[in-house]
Amino acid sequence: MHVKSIQKITSFWFKLSGAITLAILMIIVSYILIKGIGAINLEFLLTKPVDSGREGGILPMILSSLYLLAVTSFIAIPLGVGSALYMAEYNENHKLEVVIRFISQVLASVPSIVFGLFGLAFLIFFLKTGWSLLSGGVILSLMSMPTIYQVSEVALKSVPEHYKEGCYGMGATKWQCITSIILPTAASGIFTGIILALTRAFSEAAAVMYLVGSSLEMPTSLLDTGRPLPLHLYVLANEGISMENAYGTAFVLIAIVLTITILSNHIISKYEIKLGV
Amino acid sequence: MIKEYIIEKGLFSINTILIILSSLMVIFLLNESIPIIQNYGIGDFIFGLTWSPDNNIFGILPMIAGSVIITGLSLVLSIPLAISCAIFLEEIAPSNIKKLFKPIIQTLAGIPSVIYGFFGLTVIVPLIRNNFTGSGFSVITASIILAVMILPTIISVSQDAIKSVPENYKEASFGLGSTHWQVIRNIILPTALPGIVTAIILGIGRAIGETLAVLMLVGNVNIIPTSIFEPARTLTSNIALEMGYATGIHYNALFTTATVLFAMIIILMSICWMIQKRGVGNAC
Repeated sequence: MHVKSIQKITSFWFKLSGAITLAILMIIVSYILIKGIGAINLEFLLTKPVDSGREGGILPMILSSLYLLAVTSFIAIPLGVGSALYMAEYNENHKLEVVIRFISQVLASVPSIVFGLFGLAFLIFFLKTGWSLLSGGVILSLMSMPTIYQVSEVALKSVPEHYKEGCYGMGATKWQCITSIILPTAASGIFTGIILALTRAFSEAAAVMYLVGSSLEMPTSLLDTGRPLPLHLYVLANEGISMENAYGTAFVLIAIVLTITILSNHIISKYEIKLGV
Repeated sequence: MIKEYIIEKGLFSINTILIILSSLMVIFLLNESIPIIQNYGIGDFIFGLTWSPDNNIFGILPMIAGSVIITGLSLVLSIPLAISCAIFLEEIAPSNIKKLFKPIIQTLAGIPSVIYGFFGLTVIVPLIRNNFTGSGFSVITASIILAVMILPTIISVSQDAIKSVPENYKEASFGLGSTHWQVIRNIILPTALPGIVTAIILGIGRAIGETLAVLMLVGNVNIIPTSIFEPARTLTSNIALEMGYATGIHYNALFTTATVLFAMIIILMSICWMIQKRGVGNAC
C-alpha cells in the first residue's frame, strides 16, 4: 500500500509539473498579448517614435530588427552550415573536430554582453566600422553561428550511411551527393537549427546595445544606426518612458516570435511527411 | 575534380573563420584587460569589495556574489520543476501531449529575455513589494524570472538524457515488479544523471550570462546581499549599466569583468566535457 501511494503521489506530481510549465508559458504570453493589444494600431506599426518613444510608433525598430536579421542570415547561415558540412562530410582530422566543437560550445554559452564588448573593441574601435546595424549584425552572426553549426552537424551526421553509399555507387562526386542527397535529407534538422539561432538573434538586445547606436531614426541602409525591437522595449520599460508603448512593443515582439515558431514547426512537419521521415 | 577540390578547401576555410574569430575575441578581451591586471592585479580585482569608478577602485566580489547567489537561487527554483517535467514528457505523457509540448518548450526558449524582464518588472516586482519587504527589485525577483528562463534549457537537455536510457534497463526493473516511480528513481534517474548534470550546467551558463532581464529586476545596488529581498548587482548587469559612459581604466575594468565571465564559461564547459565523454549530438 505504501509503495502504491508513493507511486500515486509521484505520478500526480509529474503531471502537475507538466501543467505548471504549460501554465507559466500561457500566463506570460497571454499577459503580454492582452496588455499590449490596446496599443496596437496602424499608426503604432507604421510611424516613427515621437518624444523618445512616449508617443508615436515603432516602425524604425521593426526595420532595424529586420536589417539585423538579414545581415545575420546572410553571414551566419552559410558559415554555420558550411562548417558543419565540412565537419560531417570532409574532415578526417579528429583534433580539428574537437577544437571546433569546443569553440562552438563555449561561444554558444558566452554571455551576449561579452559579445557586445568584443564587437565594441574589435569592430567599432579597432576596425572603425562605426555604430551601425551592420556592426550589430556581424556580432549577432558570430553569436548565431555556433548554434547553426551544432544543430546542422547533428542533422548531417544522422543521414543514413547507405544513402551516401547509394549515391557514390552511381558514380556521383562528393559535391553532387551533398547537394542531391545529403542536404535534402538533413534539411529539416538544419532548418530547425537556423530558426533557433535566428529567433535568438532577433530577440537579442544586450549584444547589440553598444553597437547599433540606438537611434530612433528610420534606418535606410545597413550603415545607418538603428534600434531593434528588444532594445527599444528595454529602454522604454527600464527608463519608464512609456509603459503603454512598452506593452505594445512587447506585443509585436512576442507575436513575431510566436509566428516564427509556429510557422517553422508547420513547414518542418510538412517537409518531413513529404520526405517520409 | 578541380571544382571538388575548391569546394573542399572553401568549406575548410569557413572552419578557420570560426577559429580566427573566437581567437580574436579572446585576444581583444585579454588585451583590454591588461591595464587592470598590471595596475591592480587579478586577485585584488576579483576579491576587491569596493567598486568605485570615480575613485579608480575596482573590485568585483560583490558582483560575483550577486551573480552566484542569483544563479544558485534560480537553480533551486528551476531544477525540481524542470526535471519532473522532463520525466513527465518522456515517461508519462501520451505521445500527443508530448508532441504538443515540443513547440511549448521551444516558445519558452524563444521568448526574448527582455520580455521576461518586462514581465518581471510589471508583475513580479509589485508582487514582491506588496507581499514582502523592500522595493521589489531584489535577488528573489531576478531569480524567479531566471528560473523560468532556464526552464526550457534544463527540460529539453534532461529529456534527451532520459530518452536515451535503454529500454531493456527499464523492462528488467518492471519485470521485477517495480512500480513506475521505483523504475524512475532507481533506474532512469541514475542512468540519465550525466545528461541531467549537463542540462544543469547549461542552465548555470545561461543564468550567469543573462544581462538585461536581470538588470531590469535586481535593483543594481552594489552590495553583497544578506537577504533575498535585498537588491544586488551582477557581473553582466554591471557591464551593461556602465559601458555606455566608461572611459580609460574604467573601460578596461569592464573588459576585465567580461574576461572573468568568459573564464567562468570556459570552466563550466570544461566540467561539462569531463562529465560527458560523448559522441555527436548532446550539446554541452
